[in-house]
Amino acid sequence: MNTIIEVKNLTKKFGDIIAVDNISFNVEKGEIFAFLGPNGAGKSTTIKMLTTLLKPSSGSMILNGNDPVKHPDATRRSFGIVFQDPSLDDDLTAWENMEIHGVLYDVKSNVLKQKIEELLKYVDLWNRKDSFVREFSGGMKRRLEIARGLLHLPKIIFLDEPTLGLDPQTRNHIWAYLRDLNNNDGTTVFFTTHYMEEADKIAQRIAIIDHGKIIAIGTTETLKKQTNTTSLEEAFLAFTGSTIREETVTSTDRLRNMHKMWRKR
Amino acid sequence: MIGSLGQPLLFLLAMGYGLNSVFQQAGQGSYLNFLSPGIIAMGIIFTAIFSGMEVIWDRQFGFLKETLAAPISRFNIMIGRTLGGATVATMQGILVLLLSLIFGFRPVSWFAIIPAIGVMFLIAILFTSLGTMIASLLEDMQGFHLIMNFLVMPIFFLSGALFPLQGLPKALLIIVRLDPLSYGIDALRIILINVGHYGLGTDITILGGVTLIFLWLGSHFFKKIQI
Repeated sequence: MNTIIEVKNLTKKFGDIIAVDNISFNVEKGEIFAFLGPNGAGKSTTIKMLTTLLKPSSGSMILNGNDPVKHPDATRRSFGIVFQDPSLDDDLTAWENMEIHGVLYDVKSNVLKQKIEELLKYVDLWNRKDSFVREFSGGMKRRLEIARGLLHLPKIIFLDEPTLGLDPQTRNHIWAYLRDLNNNDGTTVFFTTHYMEEADKIAQRIAIIDHGKIIAIGTTETLKKQTNTTSLEEAFLAFTGSTIREETVTSTDRLRNMHKMWRKR
Repeated sequence: MIGSLGQPLLFLLAMGYGLNSVFQQAGQGSYLNFLSPGIIAMGIIFTAIFSGMEVIWDRQFGFLKETLAAPISRFNIMIGRTLGGATVATMQGILVLLLSLIFGFRPVSWFAIIPAIGVMFLIAILFTSLGTMIASLLEDMQGFHLIMNFLVMPIFFLSGALFPLQGLPKALLIIVRLDPLSYGIDALRIILINVGHYGLGTDITILGGVTLIFLWLGSHFFKKIQI
């Protein structure tokens, strides 16, 4: 029994809108697992429920033996998360952001300094450790958040659209970090994306999610076989149809647009 | 920091000096002296409300989101934020105090400044909690201007910051009595220039009580935040 995430009949309703519709899936320990789906599919909502930020309407989840609803704090110690939007403190330096995370997660002080150095070097930000985060580019912030998410040695790392809006070099670096983590430390990696190549290249197993439902789960090979197609993209379109979707703008999207206007870069 | 001192500065200059002769003729003494506690409070409440309101932004794009996913209780996060915001707002109040001293404000005794800072901190906590509570209920920044113009401004202008409470028409007096800030400003005035209306005991009790209520309300709604 090597399952580290177990989700059964998970549902989330916002009033009349069913964002996540009765989904069930398992993730094995040490796997790289991806949720692939278009915007509004329910990927971010699912991650938020798994990471204790949202309460589900019904269904159950078990993460590393913990129930996120009943034991949020124990669950939180088992995972690290890199959000879609940066959650760093712009007024602090890279080092200080790492340090505060260590304090929040009770990382022992003798280990903390050494771990911060190790992780900052891992994401190639050691030479910027004393720079203010407000001066960092989107890619640098993302790399810092990955380093930060790993500081408390979590068993699982969640990433919500990890390479959205980044340049190709940074994207490649981030994929390399994720593969590395998985190979060396056996950390389970759970990420969401709407990029086909990202899911194809990096994930070992993929769940295709659309309109809040899981349409298919399997390796790229399995999904191609099931639809008799030759690429993940074709398999995806076969599963989800090729019509353009109606999208509604949420208040988060509005805030995100404002943020883009007001930030430095 | 310098930018946010602009508004108190203008008030002190324009109204402090401008209305001084009128005030003195009415037999009330120096208007600058009378006005200063009110302007100090103004510096505090705007900073405090704003730092509470930052929750709207912070919970999506800032450090607050990281703390919400970390293994700490929401209550601790809220208290930490409120104390931090209140400290910054109190320091703003102290800066305005220094500014008013430069313009000629003279407290009854220099030692009075210490209890005055205590009252300033209490006012700061009240308004930071209020800001946090409102921000926990709003989903985006669109409500922000509404809150500033229809809540904070009336609270400030109807608190007796700018005018004495004696001899007010009955209707206005009732509104002022309902405004928690009026007790805070009254306390500041009693401590700093020995001019008061309600009595220091009443002031501190009501101010303290309302602050506790808003602290509780603020943390109640903060706990309910879902991203």
